[in-house]
Amino acid sequence: MGTGELLGGVRMRAPEPAAATGPRPDPNDAAAAAAAVTLASPRRQALSLLAYPITGPLFALICIFVVFSLTTSTFMNAGNVSLIAQQSVVIGTLALGQTLIILVSGIDLADGAIMVLGTVVAGSIASHGDAALAMVLGFAACVVVSSINGLVIARFRLPPFIATLGMFTIIAAAARLYSRSQSFPIASDLLSVLGSGPEFGTVTVTYGTTAWAALTLVLGYALNETGWGVHVYAIGNSPIAARLNGVNVTRVVFSVYALAGVFYAFAAWQALGRTPIADPSGYQIANLDSITAVVIGGTSLFGGRGGVAGTFIGTLIVVALKNGLTQAGIDSLYQQIATGVLVMLAVGADQYLGRGHRLGQGHQA
Amino acid sequence: MTQVFAVDPSRQMPGLAMQAIGLTKHYGHVVAMEGADFDLARGEILAVVGDNGAGKSTLIKALAGALTPDSGQVWLDGEPVRFASPLDARLAGIETVYQELAVAAQLDITQNMFLGRELRKPGVLGSVLRQLDKKRMRKQAAEQMHNLGIRVQSIRQAIETLSGGQRQAVAVARAAAWGRKVVILDEPTASLGVRETHQVLDLIHRVREHGISVVLISHSMPEVFAIADRIHIHRLGRRAAVVSPKTTVMSDVVAVMTGALPPQAVVSAALAPAGAPDL
Amino acid sequence: MPRSENTKSRRTALGAGCAIALTGVCAALTPGAVQAQEKKFLIGIVELQLANPFFGRLEKSAVDTARKHGLDVMTAEASTAGDSATQIAAIENMINRGVKGITLDPANSTALVPIVKKARDAGIVVVTTNTSLAPMTAADATYETDNLQAGVLIGEWAKAAMGSKPAHIAMLDYDLSNKTARARHDGFLKGFGVAEGDPQISGTALTLGNVETGQTAMENLLSAHADINVIYTINEPAAQGAFFAIKKARRDVLVTSIDGSCSGVRSIADGTIGATVMQFPIRMGEMAVDAVIKAVGDDVKPSGFHNTGTVLIADHPVAGAESKDSRWGLENCWGE
Repeated sequence: MGTGELLGGVRMRAPEPAAATGPRPDPNDAAAAAAAVTLASPRRQALSLLAYPITGPLFALICIFVVFSLTTSTFMNAGNVSLIAQQSVVIGTLALGQTLIILVSGIDLADGAIMVLGTVVAGSIASHGDAALAMVLGFAACVVVSSINGLVIARFRLPPFIATLGMFTIIAAAARLYSRSQSFPIASDLLSVLGSGPEFGTVTVTYGTTAWAALTLVLGYALNETGWGVHVYAIGNSPIAARLNGVNVTRVVFSVYALAGVFYAFAAWQALGRTPIADPSGYQIANLDSITAVVIGGTSLFGGRGGVAGTFIGTLIVVALKNGLTQAGIDSLYQQIATGVLVMLAVGADQYLGRGHRLGQGHQA
Repeated sequence: MTQVFAVDPSRQMPGLAMQAIGLTKHYGHVVAMEGADFDLARGEILAVVGDNGAGKSTLIKALAGALTPDSGQVWLDGEPVRFASPLDARLAGIETVYQELAVAAQLDITQNMFLGRELRKPGVLGSVLRQLDKKRMRKQAAEQMHNLGIRVQSIRQAIETLSGGQRQAVAVARAAAWGRKVVILDEPTASLGVRETHQVLDLIHRVREHGISVVLISHSMPEVFAIADRIHIHRLGRRAAVVSPKTTVMSDVVAVMTGALPPQAVVSAALAPAGAPDL
Repeated sequence: MPRSENTKSRRTALGAGCAIALTGVCAALTPGAVQAQEKKFLIGIVELQLANPFFGRLEKSAVDTARKHGLDVMTAEASTAGDSATQIAAIENMINRGVKGITLDPANSTALVPIVKKARDAGIVVVTTNTSLAPMTAADATYETDNLQAGVLIGEWAKAAMGSKPAHIAMLDYDLSNKTARARHDGFLKGFGVAEGDPQISGTALTLGNVETGQTAMENLLSAHADINVIYTINEPAAQGAFFAIKKARRDVLVTSIDGSCSGVRSIADGTIGATVMQFPIRMGEMAVDAVIKAVGDDVKPSGFHNTGTVLIADHPVAGAESKDSRWGLENCWGE
């Protein structure tokens, strides 16, 4: 059912003359032209074009780079830019999964904890066993837990905030219990490979940064070029409309959480590449960081608008802010204030632009 | 006590787009539909009217596959059909435009037209990489809008940038595009102004001119009389009467609707042979 | 009155009489029962963030000591930093349950003062572990690491180890409103002999006291100040994170830290960390519970500040600073 079944759409062409029961309207007829429905007001159209979600965040990122390069001589050099890229990969990959979930009007408070569980599972198995097995099991742990979230949310209709909040608490404790609060140094090259990469002078292009960019492109393709992607946005817009048009909402939402789990697994791999230690007490606020990256990147918390390009930029904004403020010797607390202000601006902009959408859609029964 | 209306097969008439005899639906003790009949000629616009609680929506849901009647039979193009879900009805060629339109506001016109039925590119790109054929979809969407005389600035416009009338038009166009046989419209002009109502009614005419039969549920008598070929009056869970606007005046239709006038007082425009007289 | 009700009221009176008699007998017997063994009472142990191995070890030591003396133990934990509300509620429960003594690791030194006063007014002995209340005398006694001294020790070691080389210092702190973090920070500067704001301090950054935030902070500082050659870190995980950054940047940086966990001592042994100061959470738990037992049993109230020990661990000792090597460290460390 669904995609491609009514391929071509039998009626999606001009009808046979024999079927007409009355005079066929001539589209060039002046009367027909007069009867044509009126256009939306120009202001509305302008707003919709401005609502390319990526404009704001891109502008913010450029501003940040400009300001810091003026105030700190060491910010804009190749080595530091390369450093910012490397510092972005963990939250960036985590935020890709979060983007998917937020697009279907969900939210995931457990993403960081799931990632940490993945690192801990992989780290503990690798410490006395096969690294490849460790990786497979670490991946599996992330996907399975995230799929459980998906099941609970898609099938049993638990609100995502509550379901993932509960899962966050459970998984954070589980990771600690499983590792008995110890951390596992990673000796395996396979597990830490994403941290290495070719060097060009002061610039290191780690496999991790390449992987992050590649994952962003792949997810972007899936969201923009496939039917599944259209369904994701449709569900975020209006689950009722999606369902009434034959989209299997339950199945798509479940697939979103399961796929997010895959990204969390990649994020775990990234974390081990960046810091070759599986630490159960690391990344404790990664959930908030990932949500911040998504929101600053222009994806709407209400679902249905935004995308991975914005998240990519949002991640860079969060990381560049921290990097620049530390370098400029400004108290870390100001970094938190600055990030918070940006989040409010981003959400405010989304509210303003999204107003038209909610007003015009009528009631959602 | 539930009366089971035996479906007399001699009452089935060939050549009708859609026919239903003896549809019954109970929810516990509540009778939603009892022995309801329905007939729809090919290429006609049939208005379904009835007071609140008369059971119109139950009848429509049964025809659109959103519910399964307890007894009775539905025929589509002369073939008996049984719908277990709205999807079955869609596959059979019946499209419904719901009151809330079921459009995704931030998707564009093309995406909404093809929602749930997207076209993929031929070959490997489509089957393995599952890439959508956006150009083809846009072209077909534009053609469909053009054929129905609906003007918008761009086929890539998001639905939320369209006016209420335009959105309704897009929803109707979508149903007309996919509905090979019957299009059911549930209160399509309920939230529209006078001008936009007029435009949507014109659109409905054009849909009919493309050979699709239209079922129109409406509360507005002037609108019904302006556009319908026949008027199905629903009351107390069954068809009270079906009349032609040419032979019956508006006040009589309203009177039958409310029960002030008995159905026998109006000239019946039923197409199928009548069943046993109502008790 | 009907016959059945008469019977019922008689039965009720009989039941009540029995209960009263029984209670009286028990009450008469109880003091005698206690005096027959070592004084068995209920002790309350209130801790923080047990997921952190340091606190975990501290609590375990306190609980083990208590159990060894045959006490009944009631424990409570505030799982997030600064969560004084949970601790306050727990202490109220403990007062109601009739604890005779409490060891407390306060989440917030001022917020816990009123409830501790309430407990002491009710005759309960309260001692603090790891951090004292403000003022310190709000509790009967405190058993903690002298964090200022700990900072001074590594500061002195670092200064001596640098010799005549010009120092470019980086401070990787934890939230400085936290007493421990503040004390260690100030101690290091004092020991090194520089004041706050001295140009020898190239930069400071806040971490969350774990590996990844230590790494990020160090990376950013190194990127801005390529000449950093000596760092202070709030704890060993942060130091380990900083080391990753240092290694990647291929620099030669002296790393100092505090804690004395076994993994930290191993870092001394392999050269990742230059010097660290060991804490003794096991001793802390033991001393605190012993003090409570003595107070309840022998009526000897504890008082004052008790330093549970700070020992400098370094494999490259310097003149003028007494230290132990990593081998000793591995025998006396806590955690894993």
